[in-house]
Amino acid sequence: MKAAYVVILAAGLGMTAPSTGSGQAPSAGSRQAPSTPARPRPATQAPAGPPTAPFPPTGPAIAITNARIMPVSGPAIERGTVVIRGGKIAAVGANVQPPAGARVIDAAGKIVTPGLIESATQIGIVEIQGGASGTDDQSSTDKDLSAAFDVVDSFNGESTVIPVTRVDGITRAVVVPAGTGHALLGQAALFDLTGAEVPASVVKSPVAMVANLGEAGAASEGGSRASAMLRLREALQDAVDFDRNRAAWNAAQRRPYARGRLDLEALVPVVRGQLPLAVNANRASDLLAAMRLADEFHLKLILMGAAEGWMIAEQLAARKVPVVVKPLTDIPSFDALAATLENPARLSKAGVTLLLSSFDTHNARNIRQEVGNAIAYGMDRDAALRAVTLEPARVWGVADRLGSLEVGKDADLVVWSADPFELTTNVERVFIKGVEMSKDTRQKQLLERYRVIR
Amino acid sequence: MRFIGAVTTSVLIAIVPIALPHAQQQTGAAPFVANAYESTYKPFPSRTTVIRNATILTAAGPIIERGSILLQGGKVAAVGQSVQAPADALVIDATGKWVTPGIIDTHSHMGVYAAPGIESLQDGNEMTSPNTAEVSAEHSIWPQDPQFDLALAGGITAMQILPGSANLFGGRGVTLKNVPSRTAEGMKFPGAPYGLKMACGENPKRVYGSRNSSPQTRMGNVAGYRRAWQAASEYRESLRRWKASGADPEKRPARNLQLETLAGVLDGEILVHNHCYRADEMVTMINIAREFGYKITSFHHAVEAYKIRDLLVANNICASMWADWWGFKLEAYDGIRENIALVDQAKGCAIVHSDDANGIQRLNQEAAKAMRAGWEAGMKIERADAVKWLTLNPAKALGIDKVTGSLEAGKNADVVIWSSDPFSVYARAERVFVDGALMYDRSDPNHQPKRDFITGLLPPAGAR
Repeated sequence: MKAAYVVILAAGLGMTAPSTGSGQAPSAGSRQAPSTPARPRPATQAPAGPPTAPFPPTGPAIAITNARIMPVSGPAIERGTVVIRGGKIAAVGANVQPPAGARVIDAAGKIVTPGLIESATQIGIVEIQGGASGTDDQSSTDKDLSAAFDVVDSFNGESTVIPVTRVDGITRAVVVPAGTGHALLGQAALFDLTGAEVPASVVKSPVAMVANLGEAGAASEGGSRASAMLRLREALQDAVDFDRNRAAWNAAQRRPYARGRLDLEALVPVVRGQLPLAVNANRASDLLAAMRLADEFHLKLILMGAAEGWMIAEQLAARKVPVVVKPLTDIPSFDALAATLENPARLSKAGVTLLLSSFDTHNARNIRQEVGNAIAYGMDRDAALRAVTLEPARVWGVADRLGSLEVGKDADLVVWSADPFELTTNVERVFIKGVEMSKDTRQKQLLERYRVIR
Repeated sequence: MRFIGAVTTSVLIAIVPIALPHAQQQTGAAPFVANAYESTYKPFPSRTTVIRNATILTAAGPIIERGSILLQGGKVAAVGQSVQAPADALVIDATGKWVTPGIIDTHSHMGVYAAPGIESLQDGNEMTSPNTAEVSAEHSIWPQDPQFDLALAGGITAMQILPGSANLFGGRGVTLKNVPSRTAEGMKFPGAPYGLKMACGENPKRVYGSRNSSPQTRMGNVAGYRRAWQAASEYRESLRRWKASGADPEKRPARNLQLETLAGVLDGEILVHNHCYRADEMVTMINIAREFGYKITSFHHAVEAYKIRDLLVANNICASMWADWWGFKLEAYDGIRENIALVDQAKGCAIVHSDDANGIQRLNQEAAKAMRAGWEAGMKIERADAVKWLTLNPAKALGIDKVTGSLEAGKNADVVIWSSDPFSVYARAERVFVDGALMYDRSDPNHQPKRDFITGLLPPAGAR
């Protein structure tokens, strides 16, 4: 019998990247036609790919003993044991005995925390940012597409960025779309960093609809904050109408909508208040504008960036709006003249639900440096750890499974040689869903190739 | 690495052959003042200060526990376990604190890509020709850039401001002291040589190739360098012949600002700072330098320096590197965190640079990450050595190591007092001295410079 093949040609978009302003990370520049991005791998070594262990693991229980355990959900346990069985945390405590037959890992002098959760990255949807457009799926120039854009459809479990990030103790990541031609960017999803492909790697999808306000929103919608807000409201209004009158729309009995069917479908859970709208904005006035929008449509709002969040900290706390902040943000721009390294500390002290994020992809692994600096600039240590574990788990809606070391939760945990946020601390072991992850990365293999120059 | 991927509006300019210099052609007889842009920097007032009971990393020897350092007349007067100080010296008890030389960054775009990062302040890349050796970063620097003050709070006392990497020859770089001033000249490091920014690889070929002009390929890049060095050699030779035949002002060869900069490199007066990522391209650049008889002082970014660390050492070339940037383009794909440590362990001149107004605020943390990566890979690196990546080695690459970069008697008193071990994420620069003057004090708002731009912008509660 003859098989029929569908050949999908992935054509380069030939798009031009936006110019980057001053003070940004290495800029992508325009995407030139790339040479084939062959993936060099030493022939003698196994690829630094996903682990081969099954999920959930079927082997013996694992007991990590004698460690200083920081469960996040409760006080630190000075000399405790964590037992992992079937991919879940089976026991945590000072007086827990390793079960018979368990693999025992003596972690005396070490610190154990939950795996860290990165809340805003493009891991898995971009391999190389500049000059290799075929490897970069973080944004779309299809002008008929916005809210429907779904990162899950681009996610590549084989990305070299995944192991590089994972070996630094990050076990889960919220992948957010980076740009469309609109204020609406599309849907973010939470992935595990096991290296598994979709659907196994998808923890929850979507976790939020992402939108830009402030300067970025204005830039994509006619050059004014006002037009961005108007287009956003228009899309939400259309989605409300579409949700109520779907049958009539199908029969072409409704007025035309500004966005297409795909976008409207994607927005329905947002206007129903089921899916959060995550708004990238920094200036205090833009944060307040986002809050008014959320009121108008009864949305669940999450603020991303929020460099001037501290200026309206009391309102954010009173309204229980979660905020995702990059701690190392202090260079004044007209989008955030009052940016300060004390933003996390001030927000946290005001009682705002605070998540910390790298907002980075290749160096999302530096989240612990970001957290360390948040502490150095006044944030409470426990709150800082919570801001990269339990708070993101709660805000992204997976706290029943993740974010703390509690019995029954997924066994995502990290064994650190010392203080997790100190720069000289080594990450010794990383477990995701109860499986110890390989420490191999493409970068480690490059190191070994050049350890001795012949 | 700075590159702004803006769409050009001046294709006509871009296709002007680079052999036609943009520099103004003056008549041979026109006189000019050689040092019209020289430094007007004057040290700020200082008083004799002795810092006691500190852990001192001198960058010139082993760590000193519970040591002292005397700052007098703007210089380091003494440093060691026990130091005598005059009776009127200000005594700072630094028990539990650490002291290092001021941090020096070989690669910054502060002032030329100033904050706020708006279109009006994009002054770092003269993207109108692949060779703009005639421009100088000092003429773009906005001294009111608030990023200078943020860097000072991170212990930065000097830095080279470079043009961007869009061009094969981006123009001159200039080394500044990190002090407030109304002018760039007021910050200029006295006696520091100019740098020449050159760029390899993806950026120039993308910028000009996308305009269908040269260079469009790496081989086009190389042809562009060689053409320019050949012209510079001939220009230099014509000047030499003119001088040898009596230097008659009426017969002086026409002054060419572009070739003058390149000839300055051939004369050894201007130091080459070469943006280059890939190992093979760095070797190509070494070969070009050999062909035309100039020296490369430092490769910048050099994410593959580890692959050719032996050749860097053999050619006495420094590598200014990031601790961990990688993957943002293919030429950065092979970046590894052991890069800095591997160059150091090969007895190379390893430098931690920023190329970034965020990173420059925390270069000590970048060094800490690089040191840790080396440790994990089994290398033995002392803090007393790693501190040189931030101080003495960049001073060497900028040609200012005779006067700064280490804490030794007679050198400029460029000093940082840290709240704790500077290789800790929790350490903060508490006091920063430039030429013995207290320029920054974390506990005293009167010693926290604020540039004009910031004035009146922040809400009263908005103290950073």
